Amino acid sequence: MISELHLPWLEMSIIVPLIAAMFCFRVQSQFTAQRVAIAASGVTFALTLGEWFDFSTLGTFSAQDSGSVVFMLFGSEFFVIDELTAPLLPKVSLLFGLTIIATMRSKAQRFSFGRTLQAEAIILAILSCTYVPLLIILLMISAILPWMEMRSRGADTRVYTICMTTHIGLLISGVLLLWLGGESSIFANIAACLLVLSAMIRAGIFPGHFWIVDMFEKSTFGTAILFVAPMTGAYVVMRMVLPAVPVWALHGVAILSLLTAVYAAGLALVQIEARRFFAYLFISHSSLVLAGLEIANPIGMTGALCIWLETGLSLGGLALILRAVEARIGRISLDQFHGLFDHVPHLGSLFLLTSLASIGFPGGLAFVGMELLVEGTVEVYPIVGAIIVLAAALNGVAVLRAYFRIFTGTRHIATVSLTARLSERIVAITLSLLILGVGIWPGSAIRSRYHAAETLLRIRKESGIESNTSHHIASPQHRVVVYKTEEHVNHE
Amino acid sequence: MIMYACGLTVVAAPAVLVLLTGLSLLLGIRLGERNLGRLTQILVITATLAATTLLIRMLLKGEVQYTLELGRWVDLPIEHFHFTFTFLFDRLSIPFVVLSLVLCGIIGAFASRYLHRDEGYSRFFFLYVIFMLGMVLSSVAGTIETMFLGWELVGLSSALLVAFFQNRINPVVNGLRVWSIYRFADSAFLLAALVLHHLTGGGELDLMMGHKPWPESACLIEPSQALLVGLLLLVAAAGKSALVPFSGWLPRAMEGPTPSSAIFYGALSVHLGAYLLLRVSPMLDQSPVLQYVIVAAGCVTAVYAGLTGRVQTDVKSALAFASLLQVSIIVIEIGLGFRYIALVHIIGHASMRSLQLLRAPSVLRDHRKLEDDLGRTLSQSQSSPRSKAVTAFRLWRYRFAIERGYLDTVLDEWIVAPVVALFRWFDRMERSLVRRLSGKPRLVNPPSGDLGVLTPIDVDSTTVEVEVP
Repeated sequence: MISELHLPWLEMSIIVPLIAAMFCFRVQSQFTAQRVAIAASGVTFALTLGEWFDFSTLGTFSAQDSGSVVFMLFGSEFFVIDELTAPLLPKVSLLFGLTIIATMRSKAQRFSFGRTLQAEAIILAILSCTYVPLLIILLMISAILPWMEMRSRGADTRVYTICMTTHIGLLISGVLLLWLGGESSIFANIAACLLVLSAMIRAGIFPGHFWIVDMFEKSTFGTAILFVAPMTGAYVVMRMVLPAVPVWALHGVAILSLLTAVYAAGLALVQIEARRFFAYLFISHSSLVLAGLEIANPIGMTGALCIWLETGLSLGGLALILRAVEARIGRISLDQFHGLFDHVPHLGSLFLLTSLASIGFPGGLAFVGMELLVEGTVEVYPIVGAIIVLAAALNGVAVLRAYFRIFTGTRHIATVSLTARLSERIVAITLSLLILGVGIWPGSAIRSRYHAAETLLRIRKESGIESNTSHHIASPQHRVVVYKTEEHVNHE
Repeated sequence: MIMYACGLTVVAAPAVLVLLTGLSLLLGIRLGERNLGRLTQILVITATLAATTLLIRMLLKGEVQYTLELGRWVDLPIEHFHFTFTFLFDRLSIPFVVLSLVLCGIIGAFASRYLHRDEGYSRFFFLYVIFMLGMVLSSVAGTIETMFLGWELVGLSSALLVAFFQNRINPVVNGLRVWSIYRFADSAFLLAALVLHHLTGGGELDLMMGHKPWPESACLIEPSQALLVGLLLLVAAAGKSALVPFSGWLPRAMEGPTPSSAIFYGALSVHLGAYLLLRVSPMLDQSPVLQYVIVAAGCVTAVYAGLTGRVQTDVKSALAFASLLQVSIIVIEIGLGFRYIALVHIIGHASMRSLQLLRAPSVLRDHRKLEDDLGRTLSQSQSSPRSKAVTAFRLWRYRFAIERGYLDTVLDEWIVAPVVALFRWFDRMERSLVRRLSGKPRLVNPPSGDLGVLTPIDVDSTTVEVEVP
């Protein structure tokens, strides 16, 4: 038996935003909808914190809800919290909450709070789901929400549609092939390739990264941030690729991810639009996370999980700053200086803090994460590992260039006050304290990430994937296979 | 116990200062010029007194080394991976940290008047205290990671202080250039730290240098490994100390306010590279090739600084190149194994150059005041220019010097420009591909922007989006 939480935290944290979303769709006033969304995201954040705390008191690798409605209806539990996802759930709900809080009134008319809450529920469900067919359905729904928004804005969705359809198609084909292929190693290898390709697209690995840049250009900034910042691509890797794909395929993608990290960092450096700059910066970080996960050794994976945790906050915060600046001066061009620091010093300072934290500067969790990642990569590929350092250097130059372009270089003349609002200051202070707090005392975060990495790798080893390419791990019975191993781990 | 308290105070006082000034900025609490100045003075004096007490106690007790261990920051025992907060107080670090604190204190007192009522007063002090913390951490670091941490703080604060007058373009562009060079030089430092982790299983300097106190310590790694780590550290040191080929940023860094120029480029920051080489000097003995390379780097920089410094027309640039000349001589001394001479040279030069840089803005006014008081014009030393034939070599030499050895041009045109052009090409290809996938016609001249490193002035946007049917 898998351990049980003391309350059905997981289901409640998914249901609360769903109910609030329905309410938001019904109310006429966007301001009322925003208030409802703020309240709902606050409750959801509290619930996710509660489940993290409850889970940490159990001392097991994974746990499920007690008194679960899903279990009563289907006789099986689909949502599980484990050491991998426990800190990710509050992080994601916090990011949604901060995005809703920081939405300015001028933007509230174009930003759907109902859809945002729906997206929050789905992302939380994805990060809790280990049942493969349901996970695929959730991934599909999560991809449809931004598509609907882009369509409603009259934007061209062709690139996004092509990429997401390919991603879901490859995912389904890979899983079906594993499921139906029996013991055949040929089918298993083809399925592994399909799953890897699917995860690469979702995570934005070259050449599957076009949709991220396209989405940032065509969707609202808020929706784009909330769709990419939780890094569901990395989650797909952890849940579906890592247990099912042999080492050679993982290492191949790891090298491609490292090259993507440098490529995207270089592109971030030469961008002249802030949204595209952010998109490439995100791709570079996402690639680093994926590289670490696919290196498949404990130290590299620990580094990747640390960066995943850190960049979700720091890049999410950075995107919120860009969004706040956009709300003041419109789309931000980086080929000219805007000199906004005198008007919004808080936003300028937070821009520096979040961007530096994301590149692995001292004071953020990514500082240690980056070292662990390089250490882990160098163990496998001594020369290629140095690429991470190059990517970090390029990203460092890119973020400071963007800072200088947006906040300095001239004196911005404004006819109205551009000062940061109270809600924006709250967001700035919350993010700053969180980033610095975790960065200055990283010990427990790193230990928990290391334990998660070690356990996941042990599960992978015990499943036989490292010695035998023929397997059934991604079949619908996957959940059972994994939990049996997890029970073993918990007993240990 | 006293030693522990003193060591802790040396490190904690600047950290507390960073915390307080940072929190006040974050929470929007205005500390006020007077309070900020006093707070800085109190904590700098406290740290300096603690460092001096430590020194006196060590001298009285005849101890040559004291290690302060604050526990493990990160510990993964199974992987043999750990970050320890260890601080080393020895014959090298104590003089350097005392020098850093004394000069920071003097510059802080000077800056509180120099920047009185400046709109960036609080920002300057925040960056200044980050710099001071970085210097203290780099000076007394007992592990290479702690040193890297301090190193990065020094780099960031330096770049932002160069861009202190942020409403003008030139300081900002120069700040970005300084940051870019630091980032790439720091990458070498990070790689060195990783190689060291691999070789010794940890980042503690004594794992590499042995437990004997500096400078008697002996390197514990193989000569070939010492050469690799040493070369990486030399690149890092060259970036921080503006050795050739990274010298271009030094005169540009003078865009910052005078106190920061004095503290960073005259006194402390520019010596940090030399200090790093001194700290790992036992490793240099292990590899003669490494020593030759260091001496060669010093010699080339000395010739470069000597030539370019002679043709500078403004006092801050002239002082910057004079600093560089001395730093390169210090590097040569380190390469030749004269460690104590190098340490004394650093202390003497840093003190003298700080004074010169702080006096530079008012030297003309003082000269005029002296003339007014005397009631006559002070005699100028009239050196009769000897007529020298203008040879092609002399012309070339002058052009070389006035163009600062073409170092910026070489970096811009041979390294930055090709890389930027390559990524812009990738960007154009991506835009074109996305447009094609979206069923839109391709662009004739897709948008592109300048990097900001290449030129201080924004080029007018010459890009026009024209759709080709």
